[in-house]
Amino acid sequence: MKRMASAVGATLIALACVSGLAGAQDANAPPLAAPAAPPLSAKPAAAIGPEQTFLIGVVRQLPEPPPWIAPLQMPPDDLGIAGAELGIRDNLTSGRFLKLDYKLTSEIVPTDGDPLPAVQKLVEAGDRFILLDVPPDALLKIADAYKDRDVVFINVGATDDRLRQQDCRANVFHIAPSRSMLTDALAQFLVTKRWQNWFLMVGRTDNDKLYAEAVRRSAKKFGAKIVAEKTWDYGPDARATAQSEVPRGTQIGEYDLLIVADELGEFGDILPYNTWLPRPIAGTQGLMALSWHPTMENWGASQLQSRFFKRSKRMMQPLDFQMWQGVFAVGSASLKTRNSGPAKVKAQMLSPDYDLPVFKGVAATFRDWDQQLRQPILLTHATNTVTLSPQAGFLHQSSPLDTLGFDRPESLCKLK
Amino acid sequence: MKRQILLSASMATLAGLMLVDALPAEASPRAFVTNERDHTMTVLDMETLKVIDTIKTGRRPRGIIASPDGKLIYVCASDDNRVEVYDAATLKLVKTLRSGPDPELFVLHPSGNPLYIANEDDNMVTVVNVENNDLIAEIPVGVEPEGMGISPDGKYMVNTSETTNMAHVVDTSNNEIIENILVDSRPRIAEFSKDGKQLWVSAEVGGTVAVIDPATWKIIKKISFKIPGVADDAIQPVGVRITKDGSKAFIALGPANHVAVVDAKTLDVEKYLLVGQRVWQLGFTPDEKFILSTNGNSNDISVIDVANEKVTKSVTVGRLPWGVVVVP
Repeated sequence: MKRMASAVGATLIALACVSGLAGAQDANAPPLAAPAAPPLSAKPAAAIGPEQTFLIGVVRQLPEPPPWIAPLQMPPDDLGIAGAELGIRDNLTSGRFLKLDYKLTSEIVPTDGDPLPAVQKLVEAGDRFILLDVPPDALLKIADAYKDRDVVFINVGATDDRLRQQDCRANVFHIAPSRSMLTDALAQFLVTKRWQNWFLMVGRTDNDKLYAEAVRRSAKKFGAKIVAEKTWDYGPDARATAQSEVPRGTQIGEYDLLIVADELGEFGDILPYNTWLPRPIAGTQGLMALSWHPTMENWGASQLQSRFFKRSKRMMQPLDFQMWQGVFAVGSASLKTRNSGPAKVKAQMLSPDYDLPVFKGVAATFRDWDQQLRQPILLTHATNTVTLSPQAGFLHQSSPLDTLGFDRPESLCKLK
Repeated sequence: MKRQILLSASMATLAGLMLVDALPAEASPRAFVTNERDHTMTVLDMETLKVIDTIKTGRRPRGIIASPDGKLIYVCASDDNRVEVYDAATLKLVKTLRSGPDPELFVLHPSGNPLYIANEDDNMVTVVNVENNDLIAEIPVGVEPEGMGISPDGKYMVNTSETTNMAHVVDTSNNEIIENILVDSRPRIAEFSKDGKQLWVSAEVGGTVAVIDPATWKIIKKISFKIPGVADDAIQPVGVRITKDGSKAFIALGPANHVAVVDAKTLDVEKYLLVGQRVWQLGFTPDEKFILSTNGNSNDISVIDVANEKVTKSVTVGRLPWGVVVVP
């Protein structure tokens, strides 16, 4: 268990000291020059209610590691958690003006462990907002164990469509985009490019099959055609034989683009330049649909990237961003509620005047029918963000963002 | 034939150069536009609306203001972490000032000193003495400080923090925050009316402009916008300018590619003017006959006739024009 509020407190004090120093330096300033600001705590801003503390927890279960990891893709030890910590820091910077405090506690659960006891530990310690990066079955077990309890869960990791559909839960918000949001984002772009004939290559895991299902659904939704489909059956590590095997495995006739469903990263990255025909790759590798990427810099994104880099000395990955969003979502609501009651915060997160500026050009908000965050999705390759979806021209009666994922009429979710 | 054209073109350039050199001190007003992606500043003659020079600046020039007498131009060179000061007549760099990290926008005290600078990366406002470059104060504010406004009497400085969604009011006599006003998402600009009786704060992602009463620091009204054929979430207010007589306000609406004209008395939107793409900041000519808008994605500025509320011309400048200021 790791409390980080004290470290942040120290930073704030350090900041205050800097201003103090500046004042000392300025003894000979001209008359116009005013003395430096004293620490803010010396004189609270406006008259405000009693101090409120928001206890936010994170439970992350380490995923099954892939059979091999490319050197550039080694996951950092603090993946995700570093984003949550930055979120707390941002919340504190904003909240101190209203005498609001935030504390983060994180629990890491091993791959073969059970995340429920970790959640129990957090709830017993008083955490009422809990970010979850756990497999879908564990998430449902946790949500059901705390049904009708005053705890808000925020899914920052699981992309499973069923969690937003038939298996949705009233005490769970979803920050992580669903697989369908990701594949819809990709499909819109490919259809815009008129690359409509897809060759789908599906990996061996259940998650790969779910991703493939989302690809098929998106193809149907946006009028693309899957001209061929294959299951990757060259083993978990085909690096040595890729140059001979991939050309043979991709001789399926004409197609515009190869879509790969490989969530673990077993083979997707060895497909480019090894295919029989010179065709681009998209999906889980190649041109990827993601919530975030280090190459994202427009709409103020570079400020978030540099804040993250300064603190963590590495680039901000999608899970870091999703955890930052989860903490920031509570923080944004807290500025309006000024009350840490989970029911009040939840109501604010769903209220019409709530929006989350997430550095993607338009505000993100929660869908009231399944509590999924609607937000633009990046399409990016390793070194560039190519575009963000929704693409121009995909219209919607209420929000173009609802062209991604399950729209209200398609929703199977009954929140309870 | 070709050679002749080239020759005459170069002669024209030469003539142009001579003309610039021969410009008398009391030339027509000049507009200065920062080009964020070109690392340059375009100088326009407001009489002819011709580009008279393009000056190389520090990297990523964004915020731009003039000294009260119009003789100096201050530019935030964001990626070089400094403020550059140019002579508005000779167009030469006079000096550079400390700025704190990643300066984006700033405001001068009405007396011309000190300079208040928003440090976007550092959650701070840096106060600098422009005479001797001394650091006067660093004021901790919210996340991603951006918009900077100052009351006409110089008593209050207002900073907006984009991710905290607040306007922080600072008492300039002691650089203490005296009030924090929660506004809508991504507040960009804080602008006082000339009589000091209104403070306007634009919220880019929230899509509104809050008009605040500085007597109580309470929001009087949130102005929202509706343009037929433009998606609501594309309407993102950024730049705000109010006429000296307090009759009209102009609001740049970002990717909506329009500037809203607002009756500053009734706070009703009167009109939407189509300008270039991603309209960002605005600047009046000294006589307030015209207001210029920087259009980031079409690399031009639009010239708006203030009295007739009409766009009269657009002029190509550098890549990603960001800010604009016009001096006599």
